[in-house]
Amino acid sequence: MALSPQELVDTLAGLSLFADLSRPQLEQVAHKMTEESYPVGQRILRQGFTGTGFYVILDGEVAVRIDGDERARLQKGDFFGEMSILLGEPPVADVVTTRQLHVLHLGGPELEGFLRDHPPIMYRMLKTVAMRLRNASQLRS
Amino acid sequence: MPESSDRPFPPGDYPVVVVGSGPGGLQASYYLRHLGIDHAVISADSSAGGMFRRFPFFQRLLSWTKPYGPVPRDDRFYEWYDWNSLLAEEPASKAIMPGLMDGTSSFPSRPEMELNLATFAERTGLSVRYDCSWEQTRRDGERFVLQTSDGEYRGQVVIFAVGIAEPYKPDTPGFEHVAHYVDTRSPESYAGKRLFIVGKENSGFELATGLLQWAQRIVLCSPRPAKLSVNTHSLLGVRARYIQPVEDQILGGGVFMLNASINRIDRLGNGFRIMCSRSEGGAELAIDADEVIAATGFVCPLRDLADIGVSMFGRSQLPSMTNHWESATAPGVYFAGTIGQGVSGMKKYGLPANSGAVHGARYNARTLVYHVAQKHFNVELPKPMVEPSRLVDTLLEEATRAPELWNQKSYLARSFLLNPSTGILDEGVVPLADFVDTEGPAAVAIAVETDDTGDIHPAVYVREERRPAVETLLSSQAMHDFRTAEHRAQLSSLLSGVTAGAVK
Repeated sequence: MALSPQELVDTLAGLSLFADLSRPQLEQVAHKMTEESYPVGQRILRQGFTGTGFYVILDGEVAVRIDGDERARLQKGDFFGEMSILLGEPPVADVVTTRQLHVLHLGGPELEGFLRDHPPIMYRMLKTVAMRLRNASQLRS
Repeated sequence: MPESSDRPFPPGDYPVVVVGSGPGGLQASYYLRHLGIDHAVISADSSAGGMFRRFPFFQRLLSWTKPYGPVPRDDRFYEWYDWNSLLAEEPASKAIMPGLMDGTSSFPSRPEMELNLATFAERTGLSVRYDCSWEQTRRDGERFVLQTSDGEYRGQVVIFAVGIAEPYKPDTPGFEHVAHYVDTRSPESYAGKRLFIVGKENSGFELATGLLQWAQRIVLCSPRPAKLSVNTHSLLGVRARYIQPVEDQILGGGVFMLNASINRIDRLGNGFRIMCSRSEGGAELAIDADEVIAATGFVCPLRDLADIGVSMFGRSQLPSMTNHWESATAPGVYFAGTIGQGVSGMKKYGLPANSGAVHGARYNARTLVYHVAQKHFNVELPKPMVEPSRLVDTLLEEATRAPELWNQKSYLARSFLLNPSTGILDEGVVPLADFVDTEGPAAVAIAVETDDTGDIHPAVYVREERRPAVETLLSSQAMHDFRTAEHRAQLSSLLSGVTAGAVK
C-alpha cells in the first residue's frame, strides 16, 4: 500500500521505536530512511554477506532463520539488521519475507550517525535489544 | 493478428504490449523484436524520448558519454564510457550518443539526448504507435486489456515503461499556490527575486545552480541535510555538477540550506511566507520569499493498475516488484525504464543501483525481456559452453570490464552454471539478488561492488546445488584491473573446492 508522506509520518508515530520523536523529527526520519518493498520468499538479510542495512517493518512479516531453522517471526514495528551493523560483522541469520514486506531502510554506514542524531531512538532500540537478550537467556536456562 | 494500417500496431491482441516510448520502452521493444516476440508499442507522446523530450530544465544531462574511450565504440566494453546510448546487437545501432555530441561537455545536452533516442528508433527500425494514450486497464481471463484513446489492446504480458513522470507536491497547506519543478519559468524571470526551493535532491540543486546568477537569495529546504554523491560513493545524492550552491552556502554567499519541515505556505502580497519547524530542536521559522518552487519529485503514473492487483509503495508510488521487475502481486505485469528502481536488489552498504538512469535501466530492460521470453514464451536462450580452463580468466575479465557489472554494482552479475556432466554454461547477466536467493543448480556469479569506504572490488558468489550462495570478496586493485596473478590464484582456489568437479 502506498502511503502519502503524511500517512507515513502518522505510521511512524505509532511505532514504539519512534514513539518519543516530535513531528519535525519524524518527518526527518521519514526523509532519511528509504521505503522499500519485497515479495514473498526473498532474503533481506543474508547469513554471512557483507554490507547489510537496518530495516523497520511498516507492513508484512519476515522469518529469522539460522542455518535454515526458523528462530523468530517479525512484524509491523519490529526492526532488524542493527546487530550486524553495530558489531561490524556479517549477519548470523537469514531474514526472509513470509508475507509481502514494506520496510523503511537505512544503509549500514548511516546507522551510527542516525542513532547519535536521535538518542530517543537509540534508547528504544537498546530496550528492545535488552528484552531480546533476556528472552534468549530464559530460553537457554 | 491485427490488420495493418498507416500507423503501426492497431488495437488488437498481441503477445506483449509495451506502453511508453522513452528509453525503457524502446529498449524493451528492441530486445523483444531481437528474440522474435511479437508485440505492440503504444505511447501517449508524439515522438520518442520520454522525459528527455522536455527535461532536465536547464537542458544538460547528469549522465556522461565519453567519446574517446580505450576501446572502439562498437565494442561492448565501450558501454561503460557511454551511459546514454541504448543497447543494440548490430554495430550501426550501437553507441549512437557520442556521434551526436558537439564536444562542449561529456554530459550531453537534452536536445542531443532526445536526438540520440529518436536516432536509435530510426536506425533500428523500431515502430511505435504515437499519440495513443493508455486510459484504463482490466483483466479478461488470462489477458490484460488496455483501453486506449485508439481502442483496446489485449496482451498476455504488458510492460509499462511510463517513467516516474507525474509531478508530485505534498498536500501541506499552501502548496497548491506554488510552482512545481516542471512549472519553472525562463531563468531571467527570477532576476532579483528571493527564491525558496523545497527539496534538496538533484532537481532542487539543478534549479539552484541554474538560477544562482539570477536570484537575489536562494533557500533550499527539506527535513534532512543534502547528501552529496561524492560522499555516498554512488549516484545517490547531489551530483558534482550541482554542488556550487553548497559552496556558496559555506561561504555565506546568499544561499541557505535549511533542515526543516514545512507546516504551511501563506500568500503574502505578491509573494509567500513559508512557516517551518527546524528538524533539530523544532524551533519555528518564518521565511518570506518572492517565489517558491516545489522540487518535490514525481510519482509513477500507473493509473488504475491497483484495480488489477498491482500493489504500490513509497513516495514515488512505485509498484512492488520481483527481482525480474514483474509486479509482485499481479504476475504478467512488468515495468521497464526508471520505474525499475523500485527493485532494491542487494543495496549493499545502502547504495542503490543505477536503475533510475539510462545506463542502469537499459541492462535491466534487456534482462527483463530475456526473462519474459523464457518464462512466458518458452524461448530457449543460448548458453554457450565455457572451457573449464577459461572460467577464471573470463570471470576476472568481466569484473574488470563488463559495463553491466560496473553500471549496476551489486545488482547485476554474470553467471555461469557449473554442471559436472554437461560442463560450464554461460548464463549471461542476471539479477544478483535472484541468483543468491534461488536454490538452483550449482553456479558461480561475479559482481562489482563498492563498500562504505568507496573501495571497488569484485565479489564472487558460489552456489552449490540447492544450497544458498556463499559470498567471497576479492581484493581491490589500484587501476581497477582484476586480471592479476593474485586474483587468479584466489579465484582458482575458491572454485576448485566447491564446484563438484566442474572446475578442475
